[in-house]
Amino acid sequence: LAGIGGHRAMAQDALEPNSFEDITSYNNYYEFGTGKGDPARYADALTTEPWSVKIDGLVDKPGDYAFEDIMKAMTVEERIYRFRCVEAWSMVVPWNGFELADLLDMAGVQSGAKFVAFETALRPDEMPGVKFPVLDWPYVEGLRLDEAMHPLTIMATGIYGKDIPNQNGAPLRLVVPWKYGFKSIKSIVRISLTDSEPPTAWNKANPREYGFYSNVNPEVSHPRWSQATERPLGGGLFAGRKDTLMFNGYGDEVASLYEGMDLAKFF
Amino acid sequence: MSGIVDRINGLARRIPTWVVYSVYLLPAVWLFYQGVTGGLGPDPVKALEHELGEIALQLLIIGLCITPLRRFVGVNLIRFRRAIGLLAFTYVTLHLLTWAFLDVQTLSRVAEDIIKRPYITIGMAAFVLLVPLAATSNNWSVRKLGPRWRQLHKLTYAAVVLGGVHYIWLVKGIQLEPLVYMAVIMALLGLRLPILASRRASRS
Repeated sequence: LAGIGGHRAMAQDALEPNSFEDITSYNNYYEFGTGKGDPARYADALTTEPWSVKIDGLVDKPGDYAFEDIMKAMTVEERIYRFRCVEAWSMVVPWNGFELADLLDMAGVQSGAKFVAFETALRPDEMPGVKFPVLDWPYVEGLRLDEAMHPLTIMATGIYGKDIPNQNGAPLRLVVPWKYGFKSIKSIVRISLTDSEPPTAWNKANPREYGFYSNVNPEVSHPRWSQATERPLGGGLFAGRKDTLMFNGYGDEVASLYEGMDLAKFF
Repeated sequence: MSGIVDRINGLARRIPTWVVYSVYLLPAVWLFYQGVTGGLGPDPVKALEHELGEIALQLLIIGLCITPLRRFVGVNLIRFRRAIGLLAFTYVTLHLLTWAFLDVQTLSRVAEDIIKRPYITIGMAAFVLLVPLAATSNNWSVRKLGPRWRQLHKLTYAAVVLGGVHYIWLVKGIQLEPLVYMAVIMALLGLRLPILASRRASRS
């Protein structure tokens, strides 16, 4: 972890968000197809009203929470975060959302809970991409409880002050800015508090390439490509690459979560 | 059926090969223009890289179709085979240059990727196999090499298989499109198995 301090100044640089057009036209949401433009093309079919999130497992108040009721109880704020895809491209996104910790507090996390499991909607009638087993549907993700309760971890419900478009994970999605983008699961229908590490979609598909933690780490290569650098999108054909920051530049805030862990082993 | 075949053959005889070259170079020019002017979306480098690679693979596959078309259907497009092969080589080269200079950019990293990343290693191997084929695609080499020219140019088979594997290997998850390309490649190579290849001789 040596060297995180050196990125401090860079981490605090003012971030210039990508355009709304870039953020909403270039997406990985394989339920709507594997092409980057497929989600924007097909995600309109997703019915997001009504929407409810089942919160269950080790919570005091399990149940189906209507999206409107969640929104009434939560405080939405803007968070401008770096977004680093495991494919080595990156964007800056001005999210609107609330802290996941507030939602979990609302449900009342019990003392035995150690992890949080998430699940994306699975609607074969509305999602053309799930006809083919690119992944084992539905898409599932997970966080350790301390990661989930971290103040940087949000549930996003908007971008640039507008309701979040379907292709970006409407009506609510996770955003964990120090992890590769695929951890930030979209269109969440279920949140379960568990006492053991939950399965995650990409880890199930290829455990050698995608670990449970998937923290942005320039020193640990993806087996098929380097993670040392990234292509910031929006700069055109000759924009070039830049160095990837440890924990995507959020080391000061989150490095302590992983103190003493071998991050090459727990990748 | 034979009427259609004759008409296609007649048409093919009248089309100069420079038409094939010009038509097939247009996509490269168009893609580059689109990339520079913002028409390839937020990630123009990847889009350009992938499009060029896919066209290269398609051209290699078109090249593999020429012999079976003549053998099993009677359509003779053999006079376009050199153009198709050279265009395939051109697109593979453009794909490689886009990857090296617009995507990775640092030459040490290019070298590292070729050595350390197996899907890039085999992509590179496919390119290397195509170099001597492009270099010997002139009349002088055909005359000079004689029967060995045909043997040498069977390297295309290896190159196209490597290209297909390169595509399957680089995508995330199990995706349909690269598997379809591979199935087509395997089918076209299957048509060259001795048991099928001898059919024409026994029929005629």
